[in-house]
Amino acid sequence: MNQARPAPSRKEWLLSDAPQTRRQARLGALYQGWLTFRGNKLAMLGLIVLVGLIGMAILAPWIAPQSPFAQNLANRLQPPSSEHWLGTDALGRDILSRLIHGSRITLFIVGTVALIAPIIGLFIGTVAGFAGGWVDQVLMRITDIFLAFPKLILALAFVAALGPSIGNAVLALALTAWPPYARLARAETLTVRNADFIAAARLQGAGPLRLLIRHVWPLCISSLIVRVALDMAGIILSAAGLGFLGLGAQPPMPEWGAMISDGRTYILDFWWVAAMPGIAIFIVSMAFNLLGDGLRDVLDPKGAKE
Amino acid sequence: MTLLSVRNLRVTFPTRQGTFEAVRGVSFDLGRERLGVVGESGSGKSMTGRAILGLVRPPGRVTADRMALEGQSILNLPERRMRKIRGRRISMVMQDPKFSLNPVMTIGDQIVEAYRLHAGGNRAAARQKALDMLAAVQIRDPERVMGAYPHEVSGGMGQRIMIAMMLAPDPEILIADEPTSALDVSVRTEVLNIMDRLVRDRGMGLIFISHDLNLVAQFCDRVLIMYAGRIVETLAARDLHQARHPYTQGLLNSLPRLDAPVGRLPVLQRQDSWRNGDTITESLETEFPGGL
Amino acid sequence: MLTVDHLNVWFGHHPDRVDAVQDASFSVAQGESFGLVGESGSGKSTILRAIAGLIDTWSGTINVAGRPLTARRRDRAFYKTVQMVFQDPYASLHPRHSVDAVLSETLRLQGMDDIDRRIARLLDDVGLGRGFRFRYPHQLSGGQRQRVAIARALAAEPRLLLLDEPTSALDVSVQAEILNLLADLRAEHGLTYVMVSHDLAVVGHMCDRLAVMQGGRIVEVMEVGALRQGTARQDYTRQLIAASQGYARA
Repeated sequence: MNQARPAPSRKEWLLSDAPQTRRQARLGALYQGWLTFRGNKLAMLGLIVLVGLIGMAILAPWIAPQSPFAQNLANRLQPPSSEHWLGTDALGRDILSRLIHGSRITLFIVGTVALIAPIIGLFIGTVAGFAGGWVDQVLMRITDIFLAFPKLILALAFVAALGPSIGNAVLALALTAWPPYARLARAETLTVRNADFIAAARLQGAGPLRLLIRHVWPLCISSLIVRVALDMAGIILSAAGLGFLGLGAQPPMPEWGAMISDGRTYILDFWWVAAMPGIAIFIVSMAFNLLGDGLRDVLDPKGAKE
Repeated sequence: MTLLSVRNLRVTFPTRQGTFEAVRGVSFDLGRERLGVVGESGSGKSMTGRAILGLVRPPGRVTADRMALEGQSILNLPERRMRKIRGRRISMVMQDPKFSLNPVMTIGDQIVEAYRLHAGGNRAAARQKALDMLAAVQIRDPERVMGAYPHEVSGGMGQRIMIAMMLAPDPEILIADEPTSALDVSVRTEVLNIMDRLVRDRGMGLIFISHDLNLVAQFCDRVLIMYAGRIVETLAARDLHQARHPYTQGLLNSLPRLDAPVGRLPVLQRQDSWRNGDTITESLETEFPGGL
Repeated sequence: MLTVDHLNVWFGHHPDRVDAVQDASFSVAQGESFGLVGESGSGKSTILRAIAGLIDTWSGTINVAGRPLTARRRDRAFYKTVQMVFQDPYASLHPRHSVDAVLSETLRLQGMDDIDRRIARLLDDVGLGRGFRFRYPHQLSGGQRQRVAIARALAAEPRLLLLDEPTSALDVSVQAEILNLLADLRAEHGLTYVMVSHDLAVVGHMCDRLAVMQGGRIVEVMEVGALRQGTARQDYTRQLIAASQGYARA
């Protein structure tokens, strides 16, 4: 920028139609996406909630008023009060503190599943769609077998076989969550497989692996991200379900599903014991759903651009 | 008489960089004639057609000093009233029949439904009307085509079926947006003949939107040339090759011609003045007041 | 430069086999510009795709620069000799790849060095200039996209360029610019063109000779002069020429 005209503002620089460097082009594309996302108020709400959740998980030991494991039997089943904002559970533990620490477990489950399942799905789906023929047949029949079982039942079977623990619960959830992603990725691959830009890359001598990674994946990933964000709520609920059945986190870990399970004996007389973690699960699930909707506006090439 | 009268039509879309005006003050009258609207992509020619039909979706905004169908304003009518006009009094044929026909309904059912929606009547009468319409667009075996699905017919036949469907309720105006661009030249002639005959026999007004200057010059009675959302020149189709606006001249010159080979094609040098400068309008009113 | 002899191309298997091209033969000399014209479904684009190796169900012989091609995959030397420009510039550029990404990947795949300098040269060659280097396809007009596609095809410094309706998706004024660009590039780099088009006027402007196709067969191979004077030997060609003259009211 050594011309005489005044230097553009940062916003103009980002929105420029003629970026001067690779970095400017990339940042500009990101900024465009952010502007679209910001236009969706509900999605912003979801994002704020989730940022809050992450902050809570990181700062848990400092913001939790008490230890999540400190029992005080004299103080059991207390209703919400100024001392225990969300009341105490059957062993006299502070529910708020347990919820705050439990957010770490929730994030661990969500994060791990969100990392494993779509990657397996992306790989299997795009390979099947791109290779076609018998490879497609074999991979898709395997996918169908997984899809034929209800998710939670299959996860239960996995955990029962591997032994109940939080790690195994996550593994089971990831192993049952990938088939829809594989189907989605395959469908996206089929639509771009015969596109001219793939043919053009082929004419430059690009091999199948390069076509898959450089050309097909970038077009599948965005719809997968949207799908993952929308599925997160279901994964949190499944994890809570496994916890509720005693197959996920083991006591005394403050996992939200297990907390509901603990509280169900007292649900009529001491409603807050089960309701507080229930509300937490509800809020976080909702936030992921809203975020997913917003991401769809930004990322889904079919929806947004007119 | 004037079927459709449009004055100072504007279509605007809000964008992040401010408002974008796709159509900037278009005025014309349509009689019982073939009116060609020519321009490049982005000139606003299709948007003009959509605005007349009330098909500009929010956040797009349509304003005009006047937009009247036989003296009755059709500007920004509520959707329910517009739907009565659309199809029954003004119809539209789109570029690609593949996207305009419902893929899971037989062609016969679609025409019958379209007809009954506007004209009512019982199924048997509507069916007979549909058969007549298919015969009118030169489909040789209408009974068989009635039972076929859209993917089972060729592009040219699909386009003729679209025209049959659009013409079933006897509209007063037909807006055809690039109706032949997806067709081969031999089929194109046939489709144009059909439209030509219908315009002549029924006294319909036709707005023929196209990028193909030569075709419009040969097919239409009058031509509007659009550039950047405005009509820059209006002239009788037979005089197109004597066009005076530099944009029209530039477009004509940039076409390669079999009968006049050149080494290099003259390239259109766009001038800023075309956006807002003088326009050449021989007459705003239609030259065919009493019909053809 | 290119000879095609008794070429047959088909899709699918018996009994649904469609014979898209039947017994097509023609040859194109070094430096020549050859047109393939016909209506949709006549097999003209299919011939290009078979030459480019995008379809492998064909029989007959195709010779490029004196070397016979096999039905299976092509080698690197082939892609350095033959490149293709596609019809729809909106479909032939990856929507998530910037101009820079497209060209640098191409150059790298072709084993070129000094990529920065070459990208600048290519962009200058196709009349875009360096300001376009980091744009994404959605920031380009149709004509600009087609220029990028041409730059990509030129990156390998090929000798034979296959042009599949390179201007049919563009406005006439942009078509004139692209046709001029193609003519300049041909003169400058000594390229050989095989151009598919449904527009006789475009072929008449660009090509020296042409083949007229109908229903998968080559009906007639003729000089452009004969096309201009309307002295075609076959009825079908004469009909095509008449129809392309425009619309005559019935």
